[in-house]
Amino acid sequence: MEFANTLIDWLRPDWFFDLVVVSDPYNRSRYLAGLVTTIQLSVLSIFFSLIVGILGAAVQGAPSRTLRVLVGAFVAFFRNTPPLVQLYFFYFAIGTVLRITGENGLPQPLVSNFGWAVIALSLFAGALNVEIFRAGIEAVPRSTVEAAEALGYTRLQIYRDIVMPLAIRISLPALGTNLVNLVKTTTLAYAIAVPELLYISAQIWSEDLNVREMMNVLLVSYVGLVAVLVWVLHRWEKALRIPGYGE
Amino acid sequence: MRTPPRPRGHMAVLHPMRIRADALPLAERMFNLWTLAALMLAFAAVLIAPAFAQGSAPARRGVIEILLEWTPTLAGGFGFNVLISILSMAIGTVLGVLLGVLQVSPLRPVRSIAWLVTQFFRNSPWLVLLFYCILLIPFQIEIFGTTIPFPGWIKAIIGLSLPVMAYMSEYMRGAILSIPTGQWESAESLGFTRSQIMTNVILPQTVKRVLPSWMNLYAVLTMATPLVSIIGVSDVMTLTRAALSAEGRVDLLIPMYLYILSWFFIYCYPISAVTRLLERKYSVNT
Repeated sequence: MEFANTLIDWLRPDWFFDLVVVSDPYNRSRYLAGLVTTIQLSVLSIFFSLIVGILGAAVQGAPSRTLRVLVGAFVAFFRNTPPLVQLYFFYFAIGTVLRITGENGLPQPLVSNFGWAVIALSLFAGALNVEIFRAGIEAVPRSTVEAAEALGYTRLQIYRDIVMPLAIRISLPALGTNLVNLVKTTTLAYAIAVPELLYISAQIWSEDLNVREMMNVLLVSYVGLVAVLVWVLHRWEKALRIPGYGE
Repeated sequence: MRTPPRPRGHMAVLHPMRIRADALPLAERMFNLWTLAALMLAFAAVLIAPAFAQGSAPARRGVIEILLEWTPTLAGGFGFNVLISILSMAIGTVLGVLLGVLQVSPLRPVRSIAWLVTQFFRNSPWLVLLFYCILLIPFQIEIFGTTIPFPGWIKAIIGLSLPVMAYMSEYMRGAILSIPTGQWESAESLGFTRSQIMTNVILPQTVKRVLPSWMNLYAVLTMATPLVSIIGVSDVMTLTRAALSAEGRVDLLIPMYLYILSWFFIYCYPISAVTRLLERKYSVNT
């Protein structure tokens, strides 16, 4: 009987309602705002990094040698330097130089810290996406491209209608890993005071002195976010599957 | 008007519409002398341009001069980053290999727990794990009367080795599963026990397969070490920002950050270059 009571106590989700981010309306609203900021940051960065990746991969297949070398240098630089230092470079170095005079006559930053976080994360993840898409494009069989050429497709049409749809399917697994990494990297925005999940949690735990609890909430939140992303990517992969490719 | 003679043996055939330039190998296309020269040139231009602009004000020191002056201090900080990365890599690799072996254990509960641990640490952000270790590991532990202190940098090393462990575990699992079953069966028929097969037959063969991923992981870890500056461990980033505030000059910001970025680039680039070489060497040509 004793054991059964303990079990029922344990099963009752009291601990859930006792969490500061659930019980306290002020902290709850702050936490939700942080969650929304993290999601916005992730979605915008994913979107722009995909654009950077597609453009970069297109340029790397272009005939112009200069353009290819430039994109190669961009990829090499962003792949081999720490993302945190990149973020600092954008926010503290370029952000300090890029200022306009505001309405009150004081210099104001042209791009907000949220904006710089999106830019830095998009470029960092975009550089990796360039590599991933390029590998995918190279894996498209040459005969397919030649067949499209024989049918009179232009270069742009081949890229848009033949190569890209196949390359995206080939590079989806690697892309998934990179996008998951990107979501995890959004925590770096903490360093430039973007009010995302980690920043808000640090505020809450320094006010309420509940480090352990907020830490656990934080970890579970991120694992949950990543799980949602992985699920979406998995669904997408399934929906895009062509019979005859893969297993 | 005389039509030029047709070359012999040249029949009228429909040529491909475009002849693409022969694709260079990836490494040569991305990292060649031109890339390096362009990077160096850009870096030099950023360094020198402000110095020219300041020709009229001789009282102010040149940017290069300041950077050289701070170089020994920053080099010390960078050395500390390298030390952190090496120690975390060592701890993470040992734990990761163990966890990876547990992931292919014949016992189902062991396998599931090892899988869960791996997935958990692989999918949580590095910075959050660092915060976890810094704030939740006590600053000293008393065992049998002796006090073992845990300064911030040791906790940072533990925090960084956790994700390394998880990634390493995943690579090990993949490598162990890629060893042909025949190896297991023949070792079994020779009377080896399971642990003997693992240590003497399977693990030595996985080294070659894991090596490229392992080196790539080391590069990623090195690039993650500046994170420790956020949680209050003094490293190259802390020193850089201290140097910047000591000088207090706006025109120093871009060169200084580029300088630090190029240090990491110079350290990590050879690692990724060798990784690519190894990958190509061990890849199966299909």
